[in-house]
Formats: sequence, structure tokens, C-alpha cells
Amino acid sequence: MDNMELLEVKNLNKSFDNKEILKDINFSISGGKIVGLLGKNGAGKTTLIKLINDLLTPTSGEILVNGNKIGVESKRVISYLPEKTYLNKQMKVSEVINYFKDFYENFDSDKAQKLLKDLDLDINQHLSKMSKGMQEKVQLVLVMSRNADLYILDEPLGGVDPATRDYILDTILSNFNENASVLISTHLISDIERILDEVIFIDKGKIVLQSDADKLRNKEKSSIDEIFRRMFKNVN
Amino acid sequence: MEFTFDNNIPIYIQLLEYMKIYLISGVFKCGEKLPSVREFANTFKVNPNTMQKALAELESMNLIYTERTNGKFVTKDEKIIEKLKDEYAITLAKSYFQGMKRIGLSKADSIKYLEGIDG
Repeated sequence: MDNMELLEVKNLNKSFDNKEILKDINFSISGGKIVGLLGKNGAGKTTLIKLINDLLTPTSGEILVNGNKIGVESKRVISYLPEKTYLNKQMKVSEVINYFKDFYENFDSDKAQKLLKDLDLDINQHLSKMSKGMQEKVQLVLVMSRNADLYILDEPLGGVDPATRDYILDTILSNFNENASVLISTHLISDIERILDEVIFIDKGKIVLQSDADKLRNKEKSSIDEIFRRMFKNVN
Repeated sequence: MEFTFDNNIPIYIQLLEYMKIYLISGVFKCGEKLPSVREFANTFKVNPNTMQKALAELESMNLIYTERTNGKFVTKDEKIIEKLKDEYAITLAKSYFQGMKRIGLSKADSIKYLEGIDG
């Protein structure tokens, strides 16, 4: 069991109505890494993430989490931040915390309360009374407060200002433990690249590159953001 | 203190530079115990794996060492730190003279400028 990858994706294909969205995706993620899934809008990032979270079914291929096929066990160890919120906005933050506590046995509500306090968020406030940025912070806190093996964050920086972005990155950094991994999808590469161990470039449903972030910077003598721009400049 | 990183250069190399300056300037003294990887990562706001890589590099340069159960320490050998300081000073001095040469000043003139400035 020792050298088993945390996440393994093998020959994965996904089509909708004969349109190929993901083509022969192969990659793996080991424990203790922060990995950026980087691609333009429509590259297939969210589809891939939904497949890993069992919200879609592959057309062919295989996804293994800790060596097991996707299912109840994989959902227990994956903490997922979707692109769009699914929380009931009429709820208070404290109610959402109880909801998560009921739902996930590995949810640490003390940790959630502490993080919310650090971020100056009021536990007695209704989600509907909060700004979009505040709601995103609450959602991230909930996801990061589960003691999971794999955190999957789909565009966690979408609608927030740069100061909040830094907050979010720090929250991700200080809450990820040595054995867990984080997969973050984004097209806002320059904001996030400093915290990444590895990068995966996805374009038109294909993985075009997977590399250690610092090795890639060293090899190309430029930032991940610039390498990405260069690679996809004339492709459309 | 806020640390800034240039995304064009490997982050661990930039961390290495910050750490070397800390050692040269005596923020961490010879033989002193260093904070944990985690604490450093929190201070610099970087990925702990990247911090670990920078510390491993410092260790391979014999600037720090690991005691198996106690953590990491600055080398007890003052000569190693002195040598590093010397190398840095030479690099800085060279770049000063190069800059002065570019605007047409001799070494002797450049030194006069240095003497005229309060440090």
C-alpha cells in the first residue's frame, strides 16, 4: 500500500452527445502536494473534477482514489469545493456548520469556528446577508475543515478581490497537512502559482503538460503564467 | 514583514536567498535552533514542500544541520557563515564597481564616492 498514488486517472474519456470533452486523460497525484489544474475556460477542468467527485460518469477509463474506484469511500476522503455554491442561503453560518457536522464524520467544527473567527466572519449571520466574497470564504472554510485526504477546489478565487485571494491562499496553505493533497483548478495562474508544487496544463480536453512547478520555472526561465500564455497564445 | 516572490524564478531559490541573508546577518546565530519547516512556511507564506526544499539545500551547503529528534540548527562553524558573508560582500562590491565603470568612473574614483557617503 506504500507507494500507492492518492489519485490516479487512467485513460479517461468523457463525451456529451458524441462531443468529446475529455480525451485520454492520464495523471496521478501523490500525497502531500498542492497541484494546480490550469486551463482556459472550456478546457475541461470542471468536467474532470466532476468525474473525480462522482457527479458525472466516465464514457471510458478509470479513476482510483487510494487504489479504490470512485464511490462511497472516495467521497469520504475527498473534500470538494464546487464552482457554484449549493448552500441554502437562508441558513445562518452556524446552521451550515451543524449541517456539515451531521453530514461528514471527518468535519472538524472547532476548526471551522476558529477559521471563521480568523477571517472575521460572523457565525450568526445569514448567508443571504453576506457579500459574494464572504460567502466564498465561508464555503472554503467548510471544505478545508474536513480532515480529508484530497481537497479539490474548483476555481476558489473566482469572484473575490486580490486581498481576499491572498487570504484564501493562506488559508489553503496553513490548513493543508503533510499527508493530504490539494487539487486547485483555475485560470488565474499568476495569483496562485507561488503555492503550487506541481502544475497540470489542460487544453481542449487533453493534458498537455504535468511538471514540478519550480523545475518548469527553472527550465523555461519564466513564470508558470507566462509559460501557459506562450503555450496557448495562437491556439484557438 | 511581507515577503515578495518573483514568479519567474523558482520559489525555493528565492527562499534560499532570504535564508542566507538571515544567517549572514545573524538573525539566526551559530548553533541556534531554527523554527520548524511549518513555521517557516507560515512566515514566508509558501508551500511547506518548497520550504523543505530550500532547507535541504542549506543543509547540503553545510549552513544548517539536522539533529534527528530535535530539529534543525544553524551550523556551529562560524567560518562557514563568515565565508558566505565574504562571498556576498564580494558580489555586492563587484556589482558596484561594474555599475560605476558603466558610467565611466575608475575604481579609484568609485572608492572616493563610497567614502563620501554615510553608510
